[in-house]
Amino acid sequence: MKHKTPLLDQLESGPWPSFVSDIKREAESRTKNAKGVDYQIPVDVCDDILGVLELTYVHKRTHWKHGGIVGVFGYGGGVIGRYCDQPEMFPGVAHFHTMRVNQPGGKYYSTEYLEKICDLWERRGSGITNMHGSTGDIILLGTHTPQLEEIFYELTHDIGQDLGGSGSNLRTPSDCLGKSRCEYACYDTQALCFDLTNEYQDYLHRPAFPYKFKFKFDGCPNCCVASIARADMSFIGTWKDDIRIDQKAVAAYVGGEIKPNAGAHSGRDWGAFDIQKEVIGLCPTGCMAWDGKKLTIDNPECTRCMHCINVMPRALKIGKETGISILVGAKAPILDGAQMGSLLIPFISAEPPYTEIKELIEKIWDYWMEEGKNRERLGELIKRKGFQKLLEATELEPVAQMVKEPRTNPYIFWKEDEVEGGFTRDIQEYRKYHLR
Amino acid sequence: METAEAQKVIIEGLEKKKGKSKFYLKDFYAMLPDWKPREVNKLVNNMVQQEMLEYWSSGSTTLYGIKGAGKQGAAEEGEE
Ligand code: HEM
Ligand code: HEM
Ligand code: SF4
Ligand code: SF4
Repeated sequence: MKHKTPLLDQLESGPWPSFVSDIKREAESRTKNAKGVDYQIPVDVCDDILGVLELTYVHKRTHWKHGGIVGVFGYGGGVIGRYCDQPEMFPGVAHFHTMRVNQPGGKYYSTEYLEKICDLWERRGSGITNMHGSTGDIILLGTHTPQLEEIFYELTHDIGQDLGGSGSNLRTPSDCLGKSRCEYACYDTQALCFDLTNEYQDYLHRPAFPYKFKFKFDGCPNCCVASIARADMSFIGTWKDDIRIDQKAVAAYVGGEIKPNAGAHSGRDWGAFDIQKEVIGLCPTGCMAWDGKKLTIDNPECTRCMHCINVMPRALKIGKETGISILVGAKAPILDGAQMGSLLIPFISAEPPYTEIKELIEKIWDYWMEEGKNRERLGELIKRKGFQKLLEATELEPVAQMVKEPRTNPYIFWKEDEVEGGFTRDIQEYRKYHLR
Repeated sequence: METAEAQKVIIEGLEKKKGKSKFYLKDFYAMLPDWKPREVNKLVNNMVQQEMLEYWSSGSTTLYGIKGAGKQGAAEEGEE
């Protein structure tokens, strides 16, 4: 190794897979260059990333500057510029720009595609990748400025691949694999993700907002892409009608003929399946009953939490009248605390060309662009101005499903147009009943 | 207001601001009070395409500045 890294070496002794070991392996492979790669950035980039990180631990201060380049020509996103402030000591990482690559829907790859991406990144970048970070994108970590346009050209021309979003752009929309594999999918997540990605190309590639904006698409409330926790707009599959029950299959679960949870969690002996304890007793709304022969569900009380379906997938199925719930305002804790999404649309159908959904998106953007402060996420704006202001901006009537908890503020503020006759009263009429 | 005129307002507005070289999108709304946010956004993004302005980003937020002015590539604010 080029640099001694005792502090980093210590990290490798833990029980988990270590990024230090990974980067060392790539550093060795670059030095050897068994495949004869024509490296376009310094061969010791991986050595130097370890070197600068070690120095950071020694100095207890960062040796990175923050910010700069944001894209290739025509794009205002997809590249996150980073520079090292010790370029003489670590020339390999004098520049260490990150590139965001728009991951394919459902994250399906062919090995041929992965090989091409990795070959490109070994040749023109550090070789280090981070698959599907918090954004969902393929993250290519570390290259030098003169490589950016070259990489973009090869990505778009040879691999048929676009960059993703960064900065104050729409971020790369991200979805679960949905109907392509999963029987729980209540709508075609990949179709909607693909449609909106194309519709809002301009917003994805150029900044438009006070801060980042994320769409994420989950086919059902299991929320495999965690849209409810991290998307400014979460599209979560749901159904309106009743959970479909196959009573024979329920009996087979109870009788031990079918393994609960599709055989998951079977590493220990938990004893015989107990439907009362493991399903009925865990239903969050207490809307299920089992009389020893028949399972019943009081469907209007069901919150579509998915628990019972996950435990007994062969007995219970999502309803047939399916669509989407839309939640808004989730975010990680940068400025204000972390927030989960709030329900805005209890149910909307998810049929192309998704006109109603797009109208809603654009109303929300108009409101946020107008009222949002610099670096204020949608969730923070909603908190600052109140949910009611968002309802006005989106022209939605409040409904019971939007209510999270009973009100704590006893005041009701009416607007003049909400009051019959307005705010000026007829004093003659009033005096008929009330003396001076 | 015509596009060319609006572009002039923006460039002059930016040149007037001393000691700062990178600006939020919202700063431009104030320079063109009669324009809708989305129109201002289109205008300034277009000025970047025409190389009158340039983007600068922390990674999570994007700012705009006059092309070539103020903090560049690897410099810190205040350095040439
Ligand atoms: C002790 C060292 C490190 C720790 C504890 C750490 C931890 C993390 C964590 C927790 C995340 C968020 C993951 C997610 O939600 O997607 C993250 C993301 C990231 N890490 Fe590290 N990391 C370390 C070292 C590094 C190094 C050496 C690099 C670069 C070579 C790096 C580059 C990144 C990048 C670019 C992201 C953002 C990915 C995205 O945009 O989604 N990290 N890191
Ligand atoms: C003192 C050191 C650093 C601090 C305090 C810092 C802080 C941050 C913060 C607050 C964000 C925004 C996260 C969010 O809103 O999601 C961010 C994003 C990011 N940072 Fe850093 N960072 C540091 C160093 C670095 C370094 C050394 C690199 C890479 C060489 C890096 C790469 C990134 C990337 C790729 C993102 C994601 C941008 C995006 O959301 O599009 N950061 N950083
Ligand atoms: S979110 Fe639901 S539909 Fe999507 S993959 Fe997960 S379980 Fe399946
Ligand atoms: S989906 Fe959840 S709330 Fe609905 S019946 Fe099943 S366990 Fe109860």
